[in-house]
Amino acid sequence: MSIQKLNKIVCYTILILLSILCLFSFYLLIVNSTRVHSQIQKGFSFLLGGNFKANLNNVLNNKDLPVIKGIINSLIVSAATAALATYFSVLTAFSIHTYDFKYKKLAFTFIMMIMMIPPQVYALGFVRWMGKLNLMDSLIPLFLPSVASPIVFYFMLSYMQSNLPKAVVEAARMDGASEFRTFNQIVIPIMKPAIAVQAIFTFVSAWNNYFIPSLIIRSAENKTLPILVAQLRSADYLKFDMGQVYMLVFLAIIPIIIIYIILSKYIVRGVAVGSVKE
Amino acid sequence: MKTLTKKNNKSISYAKWGYIFLIPFFTIYIVFSLVPIVSTIYYSFFENYMSGLKQIGPSFIGLENYKSILFESDLPKYAFNTLFIWIIGFIPQIVVSMTLAIWFTNMRLKLKFTSFFKTVIYMPNLIMAAAFAMLFWALFSDIGPINNLLIALGYEPYSFMLEIKGTRGLIALMNFLMWFGNTTILLMAGIMGIDSSIFEAAQIDGANAWQTFWHVTIPSIKPILVYVFLTSLIGGIQMFDVPQILTNGSGGPNRTSMTMIMFLNKHLFSKNYGMAGALSVILFIVTAILSVIIYNNLTEKDSNLSNTSIKTKGGAK
Repeated sequence: MSIQKLNKIVCYTILILLSILCLFSFYLLIVNSTRVHSQIQKGFSFLLGGNFKANLNNVLNNKDLPVIKGIINSLIVSAATAALATYFSVLTAFSIHTYDFKYKKLAFTFIMMIMMIPPQVYALGFVRWMGKLNLMDSLIPLFLPSVASPIVFYFMLSYMQSNLPKAVVEAARMDGASEFRTFNQIVIPIMKPAIAVQAIFTFVSAWNNYFIPSLIIRSAENKTLPILVAQLRSADYLKFDMGQVYMLVFLAIIPIIIIYIILSKYIVRGVAVGSVKE
Repeated sequence: MKTLTKKNNKSISYAKWGYIFLIPFFTIYIVFSLVPIVSTIYYSFFENYMSGLKQIGPSFIGLENYKSILFESDLPKYAFNTLFIWIIGFIPQIVVSMTLAIWFTNMRLKLKFTSFFKTVIYMPNLIMAAAFAMLFWALFSDIGPINNLLIALGYEPYSFMLEIKGTRGLIALMNFLMWFGNTTILLMAGIMGIDSSIFEAAQIDGANAWQTFWHVTIPSIKPILVYVFLTSLIGGIQMFDVPQILTNGSGGPNRTSMTMIMFLNKHLFSKNYGMAGALSVILFIVTAILSVIIYNNLTEKDSNLSNTSIKTKGGAK
């Protein structure tokens, strides 16, 4: 029994240390976003300062950093990505799951094949093509491509296979519903849990995306948050107010942390569900 | 017409709806991905760059871009950097994740607060890599809190961003922190999927914990392990945000932390389209080979153990 107890102490110690490692930088971020530049430079503190509001005002009124615009742009891109990726992935999965047609196998194999191609490897063609389509410096190329999200599609298909019996679709047909109506009024509600999980993931990854937006966006008014954060890094930091730096990082990641704390149970479960097929 | 001759002449073919519902996916994929993929390959065969204000090319030069990127550029160095940083992040990641996954799934250990710990260790995965890198840069800069702490404790200050070990170490640490929670959850799902009778059989045969781990757990979750390894490697090849922001695009001291995608990004910004194309195609081929291995690993015939499929995000970025 005492060995068991010792084991447990070792486990908890390591778990607590890892948790501190994970939380420490966020804690410091929050503390430093409430302190003035001179305090931050003096060093470390575990206590909150009283400068949160001033830092916030400084960041929001900084003419070189269109933060409010950045938050709005990031919200538009992330919300549109989440909506498009989930809705159209369910639609695509519904097609493969429900209907029998000649090229079904081919379509499915194709989607599986393209699943692992990262956007970085065709960024060159993408950027030049967007130039030709007159979509450079626009938010559209940041969210519209998410209509075709193979990974989300695959998650939806797996979920559908265990949660959408074909009898349900047939029953709706008997009742005279059109295919499109069946999809919107029967299938979408059944898929809600899967949609919720994937909506969070696609929202978060769009919110955090830096590589493609940094190549597409040019003008200050279209910048998303990651671009603003990167811009801050390239500024001359000796002249920079560190209170503002921490505040901007705070603004960029706090919304996601709050969403996560509220929904963490579902997110953690979603990762596991997504990884294990029945 | 076939449908009409059937017994039930009311039966309608719904096949066309299958096609109709695939239209949005395929239209968008062709416009926003397939065209760019093909044109990226196309550009890779052309000499096409800006020399000052003068546009050189585009003129067809066959495989010259591939030759120069493979043999005349610093690509081998950047490939080494990328792999090296990935490895020093991945080794602790897999060790720690495996340990935690076993603890969390061990019924006899009966750990409490596991959902709290799972929540906390997954958290860094959701954070904007750019912001995370910015935060680490602020924390570890010469005048940052970590150096202040070192001085306060009586140590010499350490210039993390000017030392090769410091910069690479920080990037690897961030990769570790961002991905070990995700890996833990995946491995847990794998371990929980193992038929418990196999464990009981091992117990009856008198296997100790260590033997059970090596001879039951590891072989049973091998597909997941291969999956984690390869997706993380693919993610590692894509490593960009963290080193880019941490080193402000410079790749750290003497470009020792410059990754392959940072190099690609440089060519894209300098509008050297020929070289960027060749580099993209090389990365594409490497990723494709790794993906095929994953796919085969997961669709291994008749194995109820190959129950992994898809993680919702890529590997370590």
